Order: sequence, then C-alpha cells, then structure tokens
Amino acid sequence: MGMDKYNVFAAALVEKAEYFAPGHRACQGCAEALAVRLVMKALGRDTIVAMSTGCMEIVSSPLPTTSWNVPWIHVAFENSSAVISGCAVGMKALMRKGRVEKRDINFVAMGGDGATADIGMGQLSGMMERGHKAIYVCYDNEAYMNTGIQRSSSTPWGASTTTSPAGSESIGQNTNKKNMPQIAVAHDIPYVATACSSYPFDLMEKVKKATTINGASYIHVLSVCPTGWRIPFDESIKYGRLAVNSGVFPLYEVVNGKYRMTHKPEKFLPITAYMKGQGRFRHLKDTDIERIQQKVLDDYNKILKRCEE
Amino acid sequence: MATVRKGIEVSIALAEAVGQANVDVIAAYPITPQTHIVEHLAEMVADGHLDAEFVPVESEHSAMSVCCGSSAVGARTFTSTSSQGLALMAEIFYIASSLRLPIVMALANRSLSGPLSIWNDHTDTMMVRDSGWVQVFVENGQEAYDHMFWAFRVAEHPDVLYPTAVNLDGFILTHMIEPIIFEDNETIKKYLPDLKMKNVLHPDNPVSMGCFAMPEIYTETQMAREQGLVKSYPQAVKAWDEWYELTGRRYHPIETYRADDAEYCVVTMGSYGEAAMEVVDMLREKGEKVGVVKIRLWRPFPFEDFYKAIEGKKHLIVLDRAISFGGPGGPVATEIRSALYNRKNAPAIVNYVLGLAGRDVTPGDFIKILHEGKEKALKGDTAGYTLYGVRE
Repeated sequence: MGMDKYNVFAAALVEKAEYFAPGHRACQGCAEALAVRLVMKALGRDTIVAMSTGCMEIVSSPLPTTSWNVPWIHVAFENSSAVISGCAVGMKALMRKGRVEKRDINFVAMGGDGATADIGMGQLSGMMERGHKAIYVCYDNEAYMNTGIQRSSSTPWGASTTTSPAGSESIGQNTNKKNMPQIAVAHDIPYVATACSSYPFDLMEKVKKATTINGASYIHVLSVCPTGWRIPFDESIKYGRLAVNSGVFPLYEVVNGKYRMTHKPEKFLPITAYMKGQGRFRHLKDTDIERIQQKVLDDYNKILKRCEE
Repeated sequence: MATVRKGIEVSIALAEAVGQANVDVIAAYPITPQTHIVEHLAEMVADGHLDAEFVPVESEHSAMSVCCGSSAVGARTFTSTSSQGLALMAEIFYIASSLRLPIVMALANRSLSGPLSIWNDHTDTMMVRDSGWVQVFVENGQEAYDHMFWAFRVAEHPDVLYPTAVNLDGFILTHMIEPIIFEDNETIKKYLPDLKMKNVLHPDNPVSMGCFAMPEIYTETQMAREQGLVKSYPQAVKAWDEWYELTGRRYHPIETYRADDAEYCVVTMGSYGEAAMEVVDMLREKGEKVGVVKIRLWRPFPFEDFYKAIEGKKHLIVLDRAISFGGPGGPVATEIRSALYNRKNAPAIVNYVLGLAGRDVTPGDFIKILHEGKEKALKGDTAGYTLYGVRE
C-alpha cells in the first residue's frame, strides 16, 4: 500500500489497512479524500458503502478501476441514504431467513454537501426517520466542487462561488449556511456528530461510536477544498484547524439528545484568522467580516449552551 | 397439485403472488391505482403471513433507490407504482437496469399529468420504454397473478439479471374482482428457486457497483446492456413454457386470436385485448375476416414472433394508449411501422390513439374503429394517426 513505511507514526492507534485505496484522482491537498480514508479506517472491512454522485465518487471509480476495498455502490446523486436503507433491510431479511450468515456489518452512506443539504435532503430525512441501523457521512466542502464550485445551501454567507459570484451588486452567497447537524438532531436519532479531517482521532472516534449505535447516525465532516476555497494545496489541514479554533465549525456530538463539545479551542481565534487567505472571501469588507464574526459567536454559544444543559 | 379458484380483487391476488414468491424486501410509496397492492403486502407482513421487510419510503424515487440497495445485497425485491410515481423514480429506473438488478415491479398503468388524472392509459410506461427493463403486458387478473412468478423467474435468471416490469391497466385490472386460480406453494417453489446472484455487496467479496464511465468505455457498456436484454428473450419464452407445464396456462411473446385466416387484424397491448376478442367474435359472425394480434412482451421486442403473427395480413389497425406529441403516431404504431419498413408485402398500418386517462372505449367504438380503419387502409390514408373520440 506504500504507507507501510510510515507505520512508526501512531501505528498502534490507526488501522493500517486502506479501504479507500491510494491512486484515486482527487485534487492535491483534498481534505475530503483524507476524511474518506480516515472514516474507512475507523469502519473497517465489514462495511458496505453507498455513495452519492460527487467528487469522491468520480475520483474513486472510473471504469474499469476502483479505489474501494469494501463493497461499494453508487446509484445516483440524491439517494445514497435510500440505497443504504435498502442494503440494510435486504441484509436483515437475508440473515433472518438464514440465506446469509449473521454478522455485524456497517451500512454507511456518504455524500457531499450538495447531495446532503440540497438534492438528497428528503431521502436523508427518510433514512433517519425510519431509523435504519445506518450511518450517513456528509463531507461538506461548502459548494458543488465536482461541477466547478457552484453554491449550495451549505455555502457560507459571503463566499464567492461560480453561481453566487461577488460583484458590484452582490456580496457573493447571500444566505446563511444550512445547519444540517441541527436538522439531523431534530430527527431525534441517537447519534449526531460534527468532525473535521484536521482532527483525525476525533473523527475516527466518532465514526467508531456511530458503528455501535442501534439506529441511524449522522456525521457532518468539514472537508477543506483547496480548489474551491482558493487556498494553497498544502494548507488544507491548517484551514480545518482554523475553522474549528475560530468557532466557525465547532466539533461536537449529540448522543441521545445530550450535547458534548469534543474539542474546545485553547485560544479562541478571531474569524479573520480563518477567512484571511481564502480566495472565496477576498472581496469582503471589514463590516461584512464583523457581521460574520457576530453570527459565528452566536451560533457557537448556542451549541455551548446546549452542552451545558 | 392443489389449486384454488376464488373471486378476488386483482391487486390482492397480485400481492398474494408476491408473497408466495417469498419476496425479501418491498419498498413502496402510495399512489392510485397501485395502493391496494402495497397495502395488502404491508398487511401480510404485519400479520406475520409474509417474512419480508416492508419499507414505507418517503417518495417513489426512494422506493426504487431502496430496491437498488436491497437487490444489490441479493435480496428478492419488489415494488409497485403508477404514473407520477414512475416519473419521479424514472432516473433510478434506468440505473437499476444498468446495474443488472433483478427487481420486479407491478406497474399499474395510469396517465401522466397534466392535467392531473388518476385513470388508466399507457403514457406512464411509454416514458420508460427505453430503460432497458424487461417489460410485459397482462390483460386480466389471472395473467397478472401468473406473471408475478414469471417476472421473478426471468429477472433473476443468471443469463438475464434485468429488472422486470409487469404492466397492468390501472383500475380496469387493479380494482376488478375476477375468478383467479391460485397455485400452491409447492408448485411455486418448483418454478421459482431461491435467488442466487454471483455479484452481490458483501464484505467477503468486495465489488464496486455503479462506477462511472468515460467516453472510451461508455459505448461498450451500452452494447453489453443491449446484448444482455436481447438474451433475455429465450429465458422469457422458457419461463412461459415451464409455467404451462406446471399449470396448463400458456403464454407467448405475441398472441393472436382468430388471426390465421384474417385479412386484417387489430393490434392491442394490455386489457384492451379482451374487448378486441369479443368484437372480433361479433364481426366474425357477420363474416368479416378479422383477428387480433396482442403484444405481450414489449421489451425485448419479439420481432420474429410479430412477423409470423402478421404474415399475409393486408392491413393492421394499431391501437395506442399514449401520444407522442408532434410525432408520427402512437409509440406502438411507430415501432411497428419501423419494424415493417422495407419488408416485402408488409401490411398497411392505420393508427388510432384512444382510451386516454380512462376514457371508455366500448365494443361499439371498437367496431367503428375497425371499419373506419379498414376503409382508410383501402384508400391509402395511412399517414399519422387519429385521436379517437375527441369531442369538438
């Protein structure tokens, strides 16, 4: 696998096997590909993945090749949650009827923010409402990166994208980011978490926890996209950390309705530390940034308050 | 073999057949006139009469998506829909066949909006004509019951592995109470073995399904689909032959009624076949040499059977129950014209589009159409089509 020689690092803590194999065609510095790799390490081999159309699907499965060392299915853009529901019930029936040997299998759907917050939200809601024993992982890079950086409902206010371009009459994205983790919490499912590939152990622990949950889980992973955010390719990890430590993307989990912040920034950074250097925010004025700062603090404090309840 | 004959609503009988087929997963969303089928399946599961997972999804798009997932792990999978439901799931309907997943669907045919109408015609199914599914039409309750087993048998055959849709006319069949012969479970077991697919999603043998294709390979995937679907034809026929051996009820890709010595024939698909046979009997009594040609297997289209059925006929009056706006005629007539083009001594084709959205077509209408159609054929007035019964 090529990575064997790096075993000296955290060898005892991280699964060595690669279920999302190298050689895929993701952009340099893609933190989403890193997130998929870490999620797969946490899930292990007894996993079936249903994936939505998007960056990760395209980079990992050009016929006749595949990066997937676990059973993997892609059907369409909006329906990975429904497809994995089908895998889960199908396997349940076959095991009950004795046609497939009983074993614990992780049923995992994956999609980008467009697949999750926009086109596939009804289907995800169906999966969570029906309560399948399945995990949905949203890799949120905050726009339709696969088709060329168009805005989604998960794009933050003020970001310039190709369909929310900044201009003399436009601030860029003029709506607030849809809060998917809170929408998942509102479904009263037993496990909801946010994570970021800049915090690999936090991410993998959450995925492992989800595999033990008897019901539907939702994990929302901030996945830094150098191409779409217009940052240098070698700074993805840094920007993930800045997002977390400025409160833009708090890392928390909600277990049976109980909130817990899993990472508290030692030093709370101003929002400018995160936004400065990102091409998509380059056009914003100080007054715009102040507005964003206020919103970030309000949202962060809301989550913090829930953690203290 | 013990059989039971009972008066029963066709939807209920069809659901019972799906239960007898020992289905593993049913995913469905309610839409008229499919509802009684899935209601009865839900009831069978709820009462413990059927060991299956019933997934009440939030849309038809999800119904077909769940079916893809469950079929991909190797579970016998059934769904049913109509009209707008089919339109909503059409995206995944096409993908299901590209993934070679042997899903079975009862398609309770109903018109497409707009305007909104819940009644029967074939506009919904014509939308998915080119989807790569095996597609068959039935014309009464017994055929609907029988074809559930046939559909699983054909879809799941290792040489086929294509999703299969059984078209039955909404209300005209779904809501009709008919005497239907039920086969016992032993017979069904003999006819329909457990589903065994070579490639399924399982951790012991990881496969990737639904990879994307660059232009260098997409065409080859489509050739494989075409060849695969054509290859389902012998299995379809074999499955009918074996059903005949077990039950004595015989079906063919193309069926005819009093057509051997007929000068002209009416061509139908679906429940109109029954009315056409009655009308032909009436006209035969008056000495008219007329017969019926019924298309049962719509995809793969049985060209040779069709050529044989229409051999020596002077003209064909083709009935369509869907419109192709701005096109050359109804979809059935268009296909037949295309199939007969350049064939020696091909009959003239006169096309009527009729019975849209449940508009009643009486035996009197049939007689009128047959006579008028024959005149048109004799005059050479065969271009385009006539939308029958439009009120001025």
